[in-house]
Amino acid sequence: MCRSVDLHRAVLARNDENATALRRYLDRHGTIAVNLMSSPGSGKTELLELLLTRARARGTPVAAVTADLATENDARRLARSRAPVRQILTDGLCHLEAGMLQARLEPWLPEGTRLLFVENVGNLVCPASYDLGETLRIVLVSVTEGEDKPLKYPAAFGLAQAVVVTKSDLGDAVGFDRAGFLAGLRQVNPHVPVFETSARTGAGVDGLLAHVMACADGRAPHTPVLARQHEGLLHRHAPGTATAPGAAP
Amino acid sequence: MHELSIATAVVDEVRPLAGADVVRSVTLRIGELAAVVPEALEFAFAVAAEGTALAGAELRIDTVEGRARCDGCGREGPTGMPPVLWCEACARPLVLLSGRELEIVRLVTAPGPGPVPAAPAASDKERSPTRR
Repeated sequence: MCRSVDLHRAVLARNDENATALRRYLDRHGTIAVNLMSSPGSGKTELLELLLTRARARGTPVAAVTADLATENDARRLARSRAPVRQILTDGLCHLEAGMLQARLEPWLPEGTRLLFVENVGNLVCPASYDLGETLRIVLVSVTEGEDKPLKYPAAFGLAQAVVVTKSDLGDAVGFDRAGFLAGLRQVNPHVPVFETSARTGAGVDGLLAHVMACADGRAPHTPVLARQHEGLLHRHAPGTATAPGAAP
Repeated sequence: MHELSIATAVVDEVRPLAGADVVRSVTLRIGELAAVVPEALEFAFAVAAEGTALAGAELRIDTVEGRARCDGCGREGPTGMPPVLWCEACARPLVLLSGRELEIVRLVTAPGPGPVPAAPAASDKERSPTRR
């Protein structure tokens, strides 16, 4: 006798629960997490080293974890900022999950850490599906990667709460089509804040750090259209009760 | 290839619900905008299910179209892929109605073999993995 059961269970329910627990853990420590995603070679580590250095110079207690499939090279580079840094080796897994992150943080996260940067595995597909309990999700893209990245990786860019363009000092040399990039980005994630940076010249880095600090201090981060499906349904089924979800912030 | 992680998550979610039964099929709803490739997931599911109550179970995938509406002009339609989430005419963001689903919606189980192992030949036909 077969039994059929109807259910509505999110496939990633366990990760979502772990992310909620991690968010509470971070809250208790007065820490906010920033999830950094990009493809390999976009300059995440270089920019992060500068962010850590500048945050420390401002007196902000920062720390970072960096995830890779193999090698501790990135942790060594980030440690030059003198901020506490921890390498997470995923042993081949292409993304970080909330439970894995919390297990690494609990024995280590330095007391009083205000900002925790989480450098995800270099990959624009898989990490996008996993909530890590972050307050701010940032997707980075270098000018050398081509302006159509947001359309090629719509989940990653569509769910970003801020987008950072790196290596902007090379933009002219590589013929970066800035307008085309911004148009593609608007198509998948209207109104997402964009920061153009260069780790080499330092351009734009303070503006980005100021935005991160503002979010840490309670400013509501951007909410992407792609992350608001339930609002659309709410609006449709109860038109008199919902606020206009499509309204520009 | 995070489909193996997704498949493992499906197996982990379903296993406790099956109890001592064997799972005949699992139905998922997957939105076009959920960044999951059904073919890769079917392959990964067979691997993740091995040695569990889900071994040999059929994975059924209902694909959900990405749809959005503009609250300015009221136009509603498919988002396409890559999705268009911006209304050019009204110069405002659209409202997403569907496409991000990634959920388990149905489970079909049959009583497990119990203490005496059942003849495997009897269930072979139903247990063969099927593509949709």
